[in-house]
Amino acid sequence: MITPKATPSGNVELAFDQKRPAETAQKIERSPLAVRGLTVSYGQKPAVFSVDATFEPEAMTAIIGPNGAGKSTLLKASLGVIPRLSGDVTVFGQPIELAREKIAYVPQRASVDWDFPTTVIDVVLMGLYRSVGLLGRIKGVHRARALDCLERVGMADFSSRQIGQLSGGQQQRVFLARALAQEAELYLLDEPFAGVDAATERAIINVLKGLKERRKAVVAVHHDLATVQAYFDHVFLINVRKIAEGPVADAFTADSLHATYGGRLATAHIDQLNIADSGV
Amino acid sequence: MMGSEFVMFSLTPLLIGIFASIACALPGNFLVLRRQALIGDAISHVVLPGIVVAFLFTGVVSAVPMLLGAAGAAVVAVVLIEAVKRLGRIEPGAAMGVVFTSLFAGGVLLLEQTDTSTVHLDVEHALMGNLESLIWFKAKGWHSLLDPAALASIPDELWRMAAVCVLMILLTAVFWRPLKISTFDEGFAQALGLPINAISFGLVIAAAIAAVAAFDAVGSIIVIAMFICPPAAARLMTNRLEVQVLWSVAFATLSAILGYVFAGYGPLWFGSANAVSAAGMIAAVSGVILGLACLFGPHRSRIGAGRDAAA
Repeated sequence: MITPKATPSGNVELAFDQKRPAETAQKIERSPLAVRGLTVSYGQKPAVFSVDATFEPEAMTAIIGPNGAGKSTLLKASLGVIPRLSGDVTVFGQPIELAREKIAYVPQRASVDWDFPTTVIDVVLMGLYRSVGLLGRIKGVHRARALDCLERVGMADFSSRQIGQLSGGQQQRVFLARALAQEAELYLLDEPFAGVDAATERAIINVLKGLKERRKAVVAVHHDLATVQAYFDHVFLINVRKIAEGPVADAFTADSLHATYGGRLATAHIDQLNIADSGV
Repeated sequence: MMGSEFVMFSLTPLLIGIFASIACALPGNFLVLRRQALIGDAISHVVLPGIVVAFLFTGVVSAVPMLLGAAGAAVVAVVLIEAVKRLGRIEPGAAMGVVFTSLFAGGVLLLEQTDTSTVHLDVEHALMGNLESLIWFKAKGWHSLLDPAALASIPDELWRMAAVCVLMILLTAVFWRPLKISTFDEGFAQALGLPINAISFGLVIAAAIAAVAAFDAVGSIIVIAMFICPPAAARLMTNRLEVQVLWSVAFATLSAILGYVFAGYGPLWFGSANAVSAAGMIAAVSGVILGLACLFGPHRSRIGAGRDAAA
């Protein structure tokens, strides 16, 4: 919980865990996404300050924290979508720039203009950019792959629809299908359940659990504390700084939630969660 | 004879108008979708100080230094817009507005304060160009198209504009996928590793090349109109970007042809002896096409539950 002061990125790894540097290095080597000393700032105040994160392979991790805590920023800055002031990001021990094909990113649904003139299958085909290339022709095999991804999220019947004609939940599923088309090792999702209907939420969680069974890693920014225990096996709690990181049973505790949300989360609410926990 | 007159007086201006319109409409598709359509306006304005400065340095009205000056000014403007946007933390439209009005004002000031007013370099020319004066003097009819001596006297503007038009078509075709992906979803494009800053800078530079070349031949009114009207009208005709781009080329061509014809012959139909500016009329026609597309285009309404949910 004690984060090092902003250190030059080279020293951060040592500062992180001086007792067992070898073990830490090994964890980073195995991690689909490891971040060291990440600091991001919009203007004067830091949005994310000196955060270390080592996401688990073959697991589903929820990034949790209050609004403005830097959850999305952590994802975006790791991917280089927004610039980082400092921090090293590695994917299975490699610098992220060399391992982009191992990551599929699902941005927030509201971050794009759904009036864009394109169809559902076209959006999914964007996920195949790396295999099609700049000038390569889109062949039947690519279309079949895209359709298969749409099938997995239950959207195959909508493949030739204009994307603006979809409901919010359907749009989210198309975004997920585009990520599936990338056949990545790590799936990073920014609020995949925000504003979707119950059927979509079930469909998405089933797909994500299927990914875990195929030994892929899933990291999602998540808002609904009530479903954390049911959906995820690891949590990462953040409020500008890292609060806690670990298996749900260890890290998703009343103490860490208090530390993350402060007064914004009533004690009663946390109690309810714990009751739900023991009930399951 | 009708044919030879047409070839001599109308063929080159018409072709130049068509090439200029297409060259601007192609990048315009992406600028409109990126909500950056104003950049065409900005570039066509900042071209003026660039041309004046080029004239002050060289002392002659000659195409190459002026094109260089205009291109330089366009790059300065793009960099300034980026700087104002980042340092001032304001939205791009405002940054463009500040930069292009100041630079255009600077250009007018330069024009008035120096003795450039004696040469053919004035605000009206900057706005409307002089499409009608681009006559193919040595043409004697369609057969002149096969006559090397006659071909040599075709106005240079035609070759330049044709080359720029071909360049725009090539750039659009080659960078189609990165352009489409990064225009739709910048965050996703960046996560894929696409160089989105280079793509958006490249798009603006391509637009600047089209604008500067078109400005030289036909003035800035066409540039401003063609960046916006054909793509916006095309968007209302289809829900697929591929088809939209084809519609925009069709609308650009139609505007150029109808605009040229109306400018030359329209006033006669109303009993007036003088023709009106072809460039102005081409821009006006493109506006009318946009208006018609707004009224009758098949995809003019924004429907779908997704919009409500996303709002």
